Amino acid sequence: MNERILMCGNEALAEAAIIAGLDAYFGYPITPQNEVPEYMSKRMPEEGRVFLQSESELASINMVFGAAATGKRVMTSSSSPGISLMQEGISYLAGAELPAVIVNVMRGGPGLGNIAPSQGDYFQATRGGGHGDYRTIVLAPSSVQELVDCMPLAFDLADQYRTPVLVLADGILGQMMEPVVFNKKPRRKLPPKDWALTGADNRKQNIVRSLWLKEGVVEQHNYDLQAVYKEIEKNEILCEQYEVDDAEIVVVAYGIAARIVRGAVNKARQEGIKVGWIRPITLWPFPTEQINKAADNFKIFLTVELSCGQMVEDVKLAVAGKAPVVFYGRAGGGVPTVEQVLEKIRQLTLRPENII
Amino acid sequence: MMQKVFSKPQALKDCPTHYCPGCGHGIAHRLIAETIDELGIRGRTIGIAPVGCAVLAYDYFDVDMVEVAHGRAPAVATGMKRTNPDKIIFSYQGDGDLAAIGTGEIIHAAHRGEQITVIFINNAVFGMTGGQMAPTTILNQVTTTTPLGRDASKQGYPLQVSELLTLLPGTIYIERCSLHKPALIRNAKKAIKHAFELQLNNAPGLSLVELLSPCPTYWRMTPVKAIEWMENEMTKVFPLGRLKG
Ligand SMILES: Cc1ncc(C[n+]2csc(CCOP(=O)(O)OP(=O)(O)O)c2C)c(N)n1
Repeated sequence: MNERILMCGNEALAEAAIIAGLDAYFGYPITPQNEVPEYMSKRMPEEGRVFLQSESELASINMVFGAAATGKRVMTSSSSPGISLMQEGISYLAGAELPAVIVNVMRGGPGLGNIAPSQGDYFQATRGGGHGDYRTIVLAPSSVQELVDCMPLAFDLADQYRTPVLVLADGILGQMMEPVVFNKKPRRKLPPKDWALTGADNRKQNIVRSLWLKEGVVEQHNYDLQAVYKEIEKNEILCEQYEVDDAEIVVVAYGIAARIVRGAVNKARQEGIKVGWIRPITLWPFPTEQINKAADNFKIFLTVELSCGQMVEDVKLAVAGKAPVVFYGRAGGGVPTVEQVLEKIRQLTLRPENII
Repeated sequence: MMQKVFSKPQALKDCPTHYCPGCGHGIAHRLIAETIDELGIRGRTIGIAPVGCAVLAYDYFDVDMVEVAHGRAPAVATGMKRTNPDKIIFSYQGDGDLAAIGTGEIIHAAHRGEQITVIFINNAVFGMTGGQMAPTTILNQVTTTTPLGRDASKQGYPLQVSELLTLLPGTIYIERCSLHKPALIRNAKKAIKHAFELQLNNAPGLSLVELLSPCPTYWRMTPVKAIEWMENEMTKVFPLGRLKG
């Protein structure tokens, strides 16, 4: 399949997962990602693979846990309230070192919120989300094509590091239609799943667990997990930069917010404002070094999010006091317009002293 | 020449368990292990340990095993069986695990007719956390959270999950057995074996064996008294026998 086809984000990510070798999908409907289970319910049986609508997200994530424990490629998808329910299972996946992919097509919160696009789950996604000292890789595409490209990557990362991987999209990305190409890129060389539960046939018993009662074992397990996280931080950071070198203002945004920022930055450049942007594609691991380096020559950092300000905390940590960091965002389903972001950029050129 | 007439099942490891004196978990483990041996399915069996006193079951069973979140075993089993229809999947769950926190998962796995085998250990208390009330605690039974005895007007009646599950078309076999007498234990073995055989023969649905199991420690009784209590009280609330199939 190398031709360009027009697809909405939810269906495109589903097809990309199938091409990536998905064995099973388990999910429970919630707007704005219902096209994912609907698409899967048709396509997975066509491929002779498993689709199952669960009774809750609690069940979905545990079905994912079961299939992952047997070494299968497996995923679920949901939106914010459902992802909250999955946190128990995600923590168990992390503890048991099981690979799985979880897609969150974020909507407005807290509580039932609304069904409009949001980036309000950044903290939950990048800080582990459930109980315990763990991290999950978080991929944040900003176009339908990138959503398609990050699905095989998500599965490979999950298998390589034996960790749950989150794909963080939002209501716009899930719903909007864009032309996409399904590339069959060469896959990573992945370690064999010799830990999987396949029946102890002429081999020793395999156990998948997250509990060790003997003193010091879980402590060591935590250090082992941290060593994996270090490795991920070393190897897997993805981010995109645009006209940062000569910029006096750098806008940091991810996902759909980055699309809006791109428009605003282009217009500001036309007005002669020296502005560029940095777009984290992995939210964890976060491009801390890249942002810190950009702060070497004094610049103002503007973080734009569809939230009241979550990633901005990571930007501040990355900038480490070298430069001022300003936030602009809209929350609860509000989406900043290009004009609003542009206006914010203009203000920063007029009165930078006010923010310092 | 001496002849060997009895031995430890291959599917059980040669080690002591952590279970209290008079506890039924060890007996239940043995019956399952014997079944796995007799059916010759060790190489294709995956067991699911609960959160509860049997959380370390994989230290005793010598088959591939997973330990899962409290109550979620039927969902995990679903994920395993759907992606591995040739494997024999069993969950081993206590009455807190299956009848309290995991009620949703067992009802829906049964409702979908998942082809799995569930061994349900009913000891009328939460053992692992220190003997609190379970949904299966019988009326007037004293536990650490019903110090005056279970009162129907405050804590409801004992929950008969097995009877409830018989109503679902997705269940093909449900039997309640008890581990308090040798004859009953032999019968429990037959039931467990039947439940596994159904799965082995791709019978279309879920099979469940409930085992009434003594917990002398948290019933605050001697093992002998515990067995008398099961005979005189517990089996009245949870009558033994084949409920379905
Ligand atoms: C989410 C969650 N809630 C509570 C607990 C604490 N907990 C551990 S075992 C258990 C009850 C176990 O009782 P049961 O299922 O009857 O098994 P038994 O120990 O009696 O064999 C509870 C409440 C837990 N581990 N996880």
